[in-house]
Amino acid sequence: MGLQSVKNCLWLPCVLRTPKACFWSTAGGGLIIQSVSNDVYQNLAVEDWIHDHMDLEKQQVLFLWRNSPAVVIGRHQNPWQECNLRLLRQKNIKLARRRSGGGTVYHDLGNINLTFFTTRKKYERMENLKLVVKALKALRPQLDVHVTDRYDILLDRQYKISGTAAKLGRTSAYHHCTLLCNADKFVLSSVLKSPFKGLKSNATPSVPALVKNLFEEDTSLTSEMLLDAIAKEYAMQHQIDHHITLINPADETLLPGISDKTKELQTWEWVYGKTPKFSISTCLNMVYKDSVLDVKVNMDVKRGRIEVCNIDLPEQWLPPGLYSELVKSLTGSKFCPNEITALVTALLRVCPQDDELHSRWSLLCENMIRLM
Amino acid sequence: MAAVTALRSSCRAAGRLVCIHRVRSCSSIRFIKSKYVCVFDKSAFKFSHQQRLFRTSAVSCGQIVQFKLSDIGEGITEVTVKEWYVKEGDSVSQFDSICEVQSDKASVTITSRYDGIIRKLHYSIDDTAFVGKPLVDIEIDASKGVASEEDVVETPPMSHEEHTHQEIKGHKTLATPAVRRLAMENNIKLSEVVGTGKDNRILKEDILNYLAKQTGAILPPSPKAEIVPPQRGAEAVPAAPKDKARKIPVPVSRPIAFAGKDKTEPVTGFQKAMVKTMSAALKIPHFGYSDEVDLTQLVQLREELKPVAEMRGVKLSFMPFFIKAASLGLLQYPILNASLDENCQNVTYKASHNIGVAMDTEQGLIVPNVKNVQVCSVFDIAVELNRLQSLGSAGQLGTSDLTGGTFTLSNIGTIGGTYAKPVILPPEVAIGALGKIQVLPRFNSKGEVVKAQIMNVSWSADHRIIDGATMARFSNLWKSYLENPTSMLLDLK
Repeated sequence: MGLQSVKNCLWLPCVLRTPKACFWSTAGGGLIIQSVSNDVYQNLAVEDWIHDHMDLEKQQVLFLWRNSPAVVIGRHQNPWQECNLRLLRQKNIKLARRRSGGGTVYHDLGNINLTFFTTRKKYERMENLKLVVKALKALRPQLDVHVTDRYDILLDRQYKISGTAAKLGRTSAYHHCTLLCNADKFVLSSVLKSPFKGLKSNATPSVPALVKNLFEEDTSLTSEMLLDAIAKEYAMQHQIDHHITLINPADETLLPGISDKTKELQTWEWVYGKTPKFSISTCLNMVYKDSVLDVKVNMDVKRGRIEVCNIDLPEQWLPPGLYSELVKSLTGSKFCPNEITALVTALLRVCPQDDELHSRWSLLCENMIRLM
Repeated sequence: MAAVTALRSSCRAAGRLVCIHRVRSCSSIRFIKSKYVCVFDKSAFKFSHQQRLFRTSAVSCGQIVQFKLSDIGEGITEVTVKEWYVKEGDSVSQFDSICEVQSDKASVTITSRYDGIIRKLHYSIDDTAFVGKPLVDIEIDASKGVASEEDVVETPPMSHEEHTHQEIKGHKTLATPAVRRLAMENNIKLSEVVGTGKDNRILKEDILNYLAKQTGAILPPSPKAEIVPPQRGAEAVPAAPKDKARKIPVPVSRPIAFAGKDKTEPVTGFQKAMVKTMSAALKIPHFGYSDEVDLTQLVQLREELKPVAEMRGVKLSFMPFFIKAASLGLLQYPILNASLDENCQNVTYKASHNIGVAMDTEQGLIVPNVKNVQVCSVFDIAVELNRLQSLGSAGQLGTSDLTGGTFTLSNIGTIGGTYAKPVILPPEVAIGALGKIQVLPRFNSKGEVVKAQIMNVSWSADHRIIDGATMARFSNLWKSYLENPTSMLLDLK
């Protein structure tokens, strides 16, 4: 792929639906593009596409995008550790794993994303962030914003308004960051809090921070204004037209292979299966009849699949045959509520039809599934 | 050449050494006679390789190169190894991804600079790797050389032609490259083929005869001799004149090389659930009963009611009608809503009609059920179906939705089909599969041909406790409710 990608820079035909013809080869050393889509997977796929296919020697690219509610975890993170998956599913908030490193962020339309594409050699995060700060100050000189050495942008010296992550390939690299304009802070904090206890893993942990929206500081600010200000500053620094080209991430003619990239980002294997190995050691408190049972559960999960599973049940609470069937079914299965539900309900069909047994089984299984 | 001098001065007597000496000092292989080749107990093919090796390295296996972690930029000196894309023994090409490392919010993909085989990984997952220190050891393919340096030697074209022969367990098999290729394409071992050429040389005809014997194919009688000229070099190959004299038959079918490979993966998730359920279903002796239902009136009724339901925010399909009619039928024939215990000693008549609806989701087959249909209206059932369908497609069905079913309907007709042979889901005793609704010509009571909306239903039941007559009567009742929907009004509870 590498060889092919470097050569594929300028082959794109000029049959484009964007206002400007042949927008891939503008005069000057830069290009500003903005996505018309709010789908997190499509937008992440555009990043992948540019990273893999564009020749960034002659021109660097700034990509502007916004997503409808989604939680985006870093390449090597653990979604169970980083967010409240049940809440996400209930609220229909998408979960995506990006290819760059770093921590977990919450996206919604009040948060803007900026991606700076350069060649590997010209990869320079500080410069990019300073550009953003300069743009903000040009827009609103009274804003107290500055860049920390952790590549965060802080407002009023204490509130984080931007987080950064980067991806480096063989010949190209990108640095992207968020900017909090007017995001829903309530949803953000509830969704980024994991109820999981007893999870041990070497996945990259997120560093929680106090956040604030720029809108709270100055209610006249909108996402569009901020996008425009940053584009203007980028255009100035790269000596190009202050022109933002719109692109549609669903356009296969413009971005051949983009739909495959989008699909891959949505697969379970990518979103959950890429989680580094982790182990769970927790205690289920099950209320059964008039007593509360403390059931210790230990599981090892690798590539999103249960490798080892131990459930410490009181003796004879479940017939031993059924217990071993349960463990056998769980082992090797995805750590996914949907799959485990299908499996345990199927198992229930083949065991003796005893109401007491059924209610115990259902209780145990529901508690187990709640972990996922 | 220094080597020549040294050898000369040592022992000339050793015939072998002299041979090698001569080999090395000659730039062309033309002077090599076949008997010298047997000095090396590797195949001659490799021998021609070794020609090149004389110029690059004398080692017959590849050279191990330590691939160091290159500079990441921004003054970073160490990174954490997060994922390996290769393991020891894998072969890699230049630019293939080797691993993913992370440093301070940046994820870096390290790609290979060489073609070769991975011999050692210097770090495990989560170890700290250092810039400038070895990351992996790669054994470079000696013939291909290092990507950046090219050291190709021009091999004289003759070498392949004249003396390619295989040594198999000490038995030499002579064959030209064209013949060799034909054998390879057909997975034929040359040692198994009887050669009819000079010196037991294997000819194309021999391969074809061998093939014919294997596959039972009948080859046409040998037509005019067709000579396949040697790939390179104008020099007449000794084998060629022989071929002219013989008649080489043209193969009937040209073997097509198929490079696909079988893929084996474990059975997990929804498939595993199906394995468990259906294996248990095997114990049930199934019998089938099928019929056709005229839904003309029902189709019309649904058209009228659809907008009413939509105003209430509910999508109305045919299923709620099918489900309600089934429940009304079960009231008359409760044995179809029963369960047989393990030892076939007792039958339990279930009070609730929890009718399952087979659902096809992205992950596979799942069967949630609508609880207590006996006390639900058609609209209630439609609401519940909507809820189950949206949960099903989102992959969020709960255990209570999926357990407790007593009877199942499978509307395979939405995808297609007419008659089916559904499998009963234990611990139930009956199941119905509904085909698609087709517009077909039928005779009405006046003997006229009219357009009718026909759907086929296929029932399966447990013959240990259900007999054909019961199934037939239930089906007739269900059918009459659907063919005359207004009759349902009489019996609705």
